[in-house]
Formats: sequence, C-alpha cells, structure tokens
Amino acid sequence: MNIHEYQAKALLAEYKIPVPAGSACMSPDDCVAAAKKLGGGLWVVKAQIHAGGRGKAGGVKVASSIEEVSQYANNIHGMNLVSKQTGPEGRIVKRLLVEEGIDIARELYAGMLVDRSRQQIALLASTEGGTEIEEVAAATPEKILTAYADSESGFDQTELASIADKLGLVAQTKIQAIELFNTLLKLFIEKDASLVEINPLVITPAGGIIALDAKMNFDDNALYRHPEISDLNDPDEQDADEIEAAKHDLSYIPLDGNIGCMVNGAGLAMATMDIIKLYGSEPANFLDVGGGASVEKVTSAFQLMLKNPHIKAILVNIFGGIMRCDIIAEGLITAARDIHLSIPLVVRLEGTNAEQGKKLLADSGLSIIAANDMADAAKKAVEAAGEMG
Amino acid sequence: MSILIDKNTRVLTQGITGKTGQFHTHHSAAYANGKQAYVAGVTPGKGGEEFEGIPVFNTVVEAKQETGANVSVIYVPPAFAAAAIDEAVDAGIELVICITEGIPVLDMVRTRYKMKNSSTLLIGPNCPGVITPDEIKIGIMPGHIHKKGSIGVVSRSGTLTYEAVDQLTRLGLGQSSCIGIGGDPVNGMKHLDVMKQFNDDPETEAVVMVGEIGGSDEEECAVWVKENMSKPVVGFIAGITAPAGKRMGHAGAIISGGKGTAAEKIQVMEECGITVTKNPAEMGSTLKKLLS
Repeated sequence: MNIHEYQAKALLAEYKIPVPAGSACMSPDDCVAAAKKLGGGLWVVKAQIHAGGRGKAGGVKVASSIEEVSQYANNIHGMNLVSKQTGPEGRIVKRLLVEEGIDIARELYAGMLVDRSRQQIALLASTEGGTEIEEVAAATPEKILTAYADSESGFDQTELASIADKLGLVAQTKIQAIELFNTLLKLFIEKDASLVEINPLVITPAGGIIALDAKMNFDDNALYRHPEISDLNDPDEQDADEIEAAKHDLSYIPLDGNIGCMVNGAGLAMATMDIIKLYGSEPANFLDVGGGASVEKVTSAFQLMLKNPHIKAILVNIFGGIMRCDIIAEGLITAARDIHLSIPLVVRLEGTNAEQGKKLLADSGLSIIAANDMADAAKKAVEAAGEMG
Repeated sequence: MSILIDKNTRVLTQGITGKTGQFHTHHSAAYANGKQAYVAGVTPGKGGEEFEGIPVFNTVVEAKQETGANVSVIYVPPAFAAAAIDEAVDAGIELVICITEGIPVLDMVRTRYKMKNSSTLLIGPNCPGVITPDEIKIGIMPGHIHKKGSIGVVSRSGTLTYEAVDQLTRLGLGQSSCIGIGGDPVNGMKHLDVMKQFNDDPETEAVVMVGEIGGSDEEECAVWVKENMSKPVVGFIAGITAPAGKRMGHAGAIISGGKGTAAEKIQVMEECGITVTKNPAEMGSTLKKLLS
C-alpha cells in the first residue's frame, strides 16, 4: 500500500526525523490559510498524488507571496497531473501540501527496502539527491552506497559512519545522518514498510538535515497488524475496478488490449496474457480468480472485464487441481446466462473432472467456444476477437 | 531416486486441525505411499486428538520424537506461519514446506536470518509444495497429472507448474520430482538450490525451469547452469506482457525500478545455454525436441 508524501512526513516526524513545517490541504483556500499560519516569506505548494515526477509535471511550485500561494494552489488543485510515473492518463490532484521554504546547501538521497537476494533490509544512500535513484543506479552505480541490516543488531555503526563520510558529512551533520539511518530502520521494521525513500534528503547551510520529500510503501500482507497505516489509504489513488476486484477476492489489473482473460493462479494468468500476445493480440487484463471459482466470483470477474470498452472476447483458462472443472463449468454457465454475455467466450478447462466440465459447457446451449489446450484457446480467442472487428 | 522427498519420507502437518490442513492432508495421505508417510500433525493445544488416524501433538519436537517425522508441511494462517517455520527449524526438521500465502515479508526476513546456521531446508512459502510421482505428495498439487520419470520441474508458480507437468505427462515424459518454490519475494530454496539437487540426482535427466517477473533468482540460477549443469534445461518466464510497477498476483511478481523484467531474464537464460520457449503451451514439446 502506498501513502501520500504528507502522510509519510507525518510518520517521519513521529520518529523525530526533521521535516519542513507544513500542512495538508484539500482546497486552495486551505492552502492560503496554511501559508499564513506558517508565516515566513517562502512557501512550497505540492500536489499530493501517489506518483513521482510531480515537479517536472508542474505539480510543485515555490511561492514568495500569499498571492502566489493562492495562484499556484488554484492551478494545481483539480489539475490532471501527467508525470512520467502516472502514465498518459494522468491523475487528478485533490490534495495539496503547503510547506515552509527551506534553504538548501546539498541534496542527498536515502532509501530503504528489502533486498530479495540477500533477504535483508538494505539502506541505500547517495550524494546524487533530487534525481531518480534508478537513473543514478544505471548511469553511476558506484555513487550508490549500501548497508545491510542484521535482523538482531541492526546496522553496523562503523559502516554507517563510513557511508556518512562518503556522503561528505562532518561533525554534527554526520552524527545526525547516522541517527537518521538507524531511526529509518526502526520505522521500517515497526511499520512493516516495503519501501522508504527520502529524496532529496537536504543538508541546510547551517548543517541541519531535513527530509524534503518522502515516499513510503507498506507490505499489504502486514496491514492486519497496522490499522493506523490502513487508515492512511486514499481510495482516490486506487483503480476503482481493482478495489471492486479485491472485494470479491479477485486479483485484477486492467491493461490496454482487447482479450479479457480469467485464469486460476497468478503464474498461469501471466502466461495466458503472454500467449495471447504471442498469437497476435493483446490482453485486456490480468485476472486471477484464485483457488475457488464460485458463481458469484465468476460473475464479478465477467462484469469487471466487460467494463472495458475495448474488450472483444474473453478467454477462460482454468487448470483445475483441487478446483473441480465441472463445478467451474457450472459457474461459467450461470454467470454467462445471468449477465447475457454477448461477446465470444473461449474456455479451456484442464485437470480434475475436465471432461464432465467440457460436456456441461457443450450441453449448455450457450455459444461457448471450447479449446483443447492453451495454444488452441489463445488462437481461438484471437480469431474471435478479430471477427468482432 | 528423486530430490528432497521420497517414499521413505515421514511427514508431519503443522496446522492439521484447520480446514486447509485437513483437506490437503487427507488428499496427500491418499496419494501413493501417503498412508505410511503422514505420521503426525501439530496444533498447539490440540495434542492427543487424532485426524483420520494421524495423531496430533502440541509441538513439533514432540511429534518428531514420537513419530520420527523428518519433513514438515505448514498450512498455518499467515500471521502465525513464520513462527511455525521457526518451530520446525528449532526442532531440527530436515525439510520444511510452507504452503501458506500472505506471510509478511519482514517475518520471513527474520525467519531466514534465524535459519542461517541451520541445516533445515525451506520450500516456500506461498507454494504448491513438492511431489515425487508415485512415491509421495506433500502439498496442494493434483497428484493424478504426474507420472514417474526423469524430468525435474522447478517453478515459482502453482497452476503454471501443473500446466508444465501436464504437458510433460501427455508427451510421455515422467517427472523425477516437481518443486514449487513459491511466489514470495523472500523465500527458502531458490531455482539455483533446486537446480543443484537435480544436477546431483542420477535419476533426473533434464529440467524444466519455470520463472516469472520480479527479483533475479532465474538469472542467478542461469549463470550457475552455464558453468556447472551437466543436464539440458528448458525454461519459460511468465510475464512478458506484465506492466512495470504492478504486483501480478504473487507478492514477488513485480517489475520494480526497471528490474526483474521477463525480457531481461530470458536474455540471461539464453546466454547461459538454457533453451527458453516464449510459448507456455510448448514447455513440454520444447524439452521433448531437445532430448530427441
């Protein structure tokens, strides 16, 4: 689960990591009030969406008067922000963050994630703050400094000191940086984070350290023990169909193609998408129905896929292991009848009771196109979609 | 021969009194030598009970002592599953197979850390389990699609593994052992660890390796295969059409920061001499061609 920058900064502040003074606003008027309350002569107005690249897209503005705060807030609030990370469809800005302006001497990077190969929490730090860390990693990998946390004792403190040295930090700033890395680990573990990024981590002319931007993701599997994190969820940032799918225990991701696919198992679902492309078309979605395909589940799966205006055919690919194919066939027939399915439906059933399942489909009176195997199913679905124009 | 498990394996089920644990213990015990193999169950507080003639114990230590079980399979709910693995490791179980999906990643980081100096092997979590056809089935896979033979199968997926196995069986290519290593980002044995065992197993003649987007396990395995593998390997990577930054069902199936794409994995595997098919319907036939 992702959260907004202002929420991530509130968490950092809770852990005593310095962040700029600021407040989250839902309207331009809120922004003006917040700026007045903050005082000073420099403010930053920032669009709050769950995607990076906001600055370049015009979602972050520095204002040197209250009038400018009002002007920028009015521009940004409600705008469709199209950044490198939002995709071409962009994201409507509904929340803003107004902060005090900060004097910047240097911009560093600090990030934390789980390193899959080493199976440890890793700290990443770099002198190249303010740019995307993936770009730094690709162009100048030697500029990324890494430390791995021990599950019992945390980071090796001499390693952190060495990283602080390599970042060019001295005296009190160095001590503060080391403390920040340790605190970040504490937060990461206590909140079951999967990614924390402070980019840039700013060094002020006076040698202070401030988290100027913050991004956090959390492990969905651990949310059950963090209601305070679940509460930060912003449904506006989630695809409505993905939310609907989750309600029915379906794993669904809409895509750009025209062949919908409903599959049991994530690996087989991806492979089904791949084979659709291999035979000349594009998948309209990823959809894993999981271990049980009840009528209710299949119906919601069909309804979700049919919301896509480009859909021309549906391919159902089920490898029934524990799930019996005759039960699945009954579910498919009922669902297809109930929703008056009008586009071609290609079904491939394999595994336990596959023959009974196929017979049920054939005898149903519905115009279901039966397929013998995955390749046959993909071919038939691509053909059927083609005929639909 | 086979790898990891055979007809002499003795299994205890952790979480045997739960619905899932009972369902799959019932079906696994009904497969091949399952009646002899499934000797114990563990559920804290339910010691002294029985499930279909299988005695239930309060702890893994007790179950191991009383029955000689050397392998544990875990169907415990996600919030308690990592602790269940820890208990089995502490009890000195040789192989732990964790079926449970949805364990918090940092729980697994801690569990893997604790396992550092242990000789216990872990398969999973979030996996279908392990089967040695006609001998023993430990997990949730449908036993009847398998056939005894000499092809090793290793995969991060469930149903896609069944797909691969089914293709092999239909072509007359039986399997030595089929290992589902699971779809989580932090897990036990990886492609590489399983591949080494297949290489050492005299009964395995060739391997089908099924991977997917996310992480770099397949690449690490491929590099090892290039230097060390004495048997042919066929590969398939799912997710060539998967968009970046989206979790494709499995917690570990995500392209992040441009890393872990199918194209990248396929390229490394091909460079390392693995025969990769881009058609998931041709995993079996690709291997058959390679062997003839």
